Amino acid sequence: MNIVACVKQVPDTEALIKVKADGSGIEEGGIKWVMNPYDEYGVEAALKLKEANGGEVTVVSLGPARAMETIRTALAMGADKGVHITIDAVDEYNTAAALAAAVKEINPDIIFCGQRAIDDDSAQVGSILAELLGIPQVTIVTGLTVADGKAKAIKPIEGAQLVIESPLPCVITAQKGLNEPRYASLPGIMKAKKKPVDVKDAAALGISVEPKAKIIKMTPPPERAPGKIIGGDDAAVKAAELAKLLREEAKVI
Amino acid sequence: MAKGVWIVAEQRGGALRKVSFEIASAARKLADELGEEVSAVLVGSGVEGLAPELAKYGVDKVYLADDAIYADYTTDAYSAAVAKVVKENDASILLLGSSVQGKDLGASLVGKLATGMASDCTELKIDGGKMVAIRPMYAGKVFAEVGIESYPQMATLRPNVFAAVENAKAGEVVKFDAGIPADALKTKVLETQQDASGKIELTEADIIISGGRGMKGTDEYKILEELAGLLGAAVGASRAAVDAGWKPQSDQVGQTGKVVSPNLYIACGISGAIQHLAGMSSSKYIVAINKDEEAPIFAKADYGIVDDLFKIVPELTAAVKKML
Ligand SMILES: Cc1cc2nc3c(=O)[nH]c(=O)nc-3n(C[C@H](O)[C@H](O)[C@H](O)COP(=O)(O)OP(=O)(O)OC[C@H]3O[C@@H](n4cnc5c(N)ncnc54)[C@H](O)[C@@H]3O)c2cc1C
Ligand SMILES: Cc1cc2nc3c(=O)[nH]c(=O)nc-3n(C[C@H](O)[C@H](O)[C@H](O)COP(=O)(O)OP(=O)(O)OC[C@H]3O[C@@H](n4cnc5c(N)ncnc54)[C@H](O)[C@@H]3O)c2cc1C
Repeated sequence: MNIVACVKQVPDTEALIKVKADGSGIEEGGIKWVMNPYDEYGVEAALKLKEANGGEVTVVSLGPARAMETIRTALAMGADKGVHITIDAVDEYNTAAALAAAVKEINPDIIFCGQRAIDDDSAQVGSILAELLGIPQVTIVTGLTVADGKAKAIKPIEGAQLVIESPLPCVITAQKGLNEPRYASLPGIMKAKKKPVDVKDAAALGISVEPKAKIIKMTPPPERAPGKIIGGDDAAVKAAELAKLLREEAKVI
Repeated sequence: MAKGVWIVAEQRGGALRKVSFEIASAARKLADELGEEVSAVLVGSGVEGLAPELAKYGVDKVYLADDAIYADYTTDAYSAAVAKVVKENDASILLLGSSVQGKDLGASLVGKLATGMASDCTELKIDGGKMVAIRPMYAGKVFAEVGIESYPQMATLRPNVFAAVENAKAGEVVKFDAGIPADALKTKVLETQQDASGKIELTEADIIISGGRGMKGTDEYKILEELAGLLGAAVGASRAAVDAGWKPQSDQVGQTGKVVSPNLYIACGISGAIQHLAGMSSSKYIVAINKDEEAPIFAKADYGIVDDLFKIVPELTAAVKKML
């Protein structure tokens, strides 16, 4: 099988995020960059399919020079080759358009994305990619089997779980629960250094970027007013005080 | 020129979901400011009867695609139908709920309509005749103002954040046929497995009581469930509790779980790790019950009690019982 996994490099979830003074973006100094956690599930699913069916896994990432580290991480996990698209951050549509151009050349049977990137939190790119490639999609997937040219995916929705069938090729966006991503082994890390990575810019992909969305400005989140700690020794008295505040002051119960 | 504020009404099993009224009300507000109409796209099978409910929340026109092929939500069928009617009418603004369905449908429409969309917004405004959407990024560590450079200007709205306000309008029904050839539909819903009935969905709950590692086990959640039963609340969990196997993944609140915005969020035995806060910091009121006064959750809490949750929660239940 010919398999693609799209991986985005994002700040570690513990990272202290500070908005630049002019609101144009975030301060990147001191940030530890990692593979988007949902993309780890996608890479793992891709590797499992390759192990079961043979074939090749290509990882594709769009981003600045540092995105190469994330491609190498996926290669160290066991992916075979990489494509690094050297376009600076663009909006969701243009990100998907660039990925689509790169993916078309690979002509895969199945494409994995994460359900959402944990930095920009858009949860859009996988779906747009499927539309631009003209293939079906199943998003937010927690279980997957692939056989006879079809994918059968489990998708949790509010209050229920759906079992959805889609013909291949299709885009699957991975959710926690899909699998347990493996760690890169030491030999894996050594081998990854020699695996091929194609570096492509917009011209090489034959695309031009026409912005569809723009960030006007970024601000720190609104401050919450300091809260009230209900003191005292008697649990019953404190609990009664809390109930009273929730009913009379906050009016939420 | 692109004109009109549009929404996609979300229904499941023949009933409108609460988020539909929230987006209708948000759309009404924008439309009044622009002096334009609100149109809702309603897709389903046997759903015409829902149009008057939308009208109640400020919808002028309901574009209805009613057909057996829409009995189950599938991305390909629904996005083809919505894309067609929105394109034909040259919509200026298009809003959806940031629910599981709305996210999926919205992002597909971005692809089909070649436009931009601000996801999971918590505020919308009009500036110079254009929509400006405000949305949390980086797990709520940053808020961004986003503008869309093409049409329709799309946004998905975080459930439970925008108030549903009654404001009756005509709700004139306009039927349309998207003319989707059956062979264009690639995906099929093979099965729907319902969760235990009566469970309140976390993302829609007005009150959530969550338990973390401090709960110590599955059975101990009974004390939270009892209080939840009294308040009509949903019960959530931290990842530590999910990883310990006490609660299913679908109950997890946080960066790798659900993002919730209830009126009241009561965190019991939850330390308040940044990844947990990412999922609940837009709650209107936050209560922390934790025996460690240094726990970071207290910095986000409107009300806090530093004590053993196993003492406080049963007393709180007793106090609420007396009150209600
Ligand atoms: C410095 C900076 C400036 C920005 N400027 C703008 C701007 O001017 N206008 C604007 O609209 N947005 C801007 N963005 C945000 C940008 O829009 C998003 O990174 C992009 O749209 C993708 O959205 P997302 O990351 O939320 O992906 P999601 O849609 O949440 O991602 C889902 C999945 O798609 C795949 N994916 C997403 N992105 C990539 C990628 N780069 N490479 C490979 N796979 C990927 C992954 O599998 C991921 O799990 C900026 C971001 C940064 C960091
Ligand atoms: C990539 C990534 C994604 C993550 N995503 C999520 C996510 O989506 N959601 C999430 O929740 N976490 C997430 N985490 C995990 C997060 O970092 C924390 O580990 C987790 O939230 C801790 O859960 P907790 O507060 O229940 O446990 P702890 O941090 O162990 O806190 C338990 C608390 O209970 C208190 N306590 C103990 N006993 C009692 C008692 N009897 N009475 C009162 N208080 C008591 C303690 O004082 C302590 O504060 C993620 C982590 C990573 C790295």
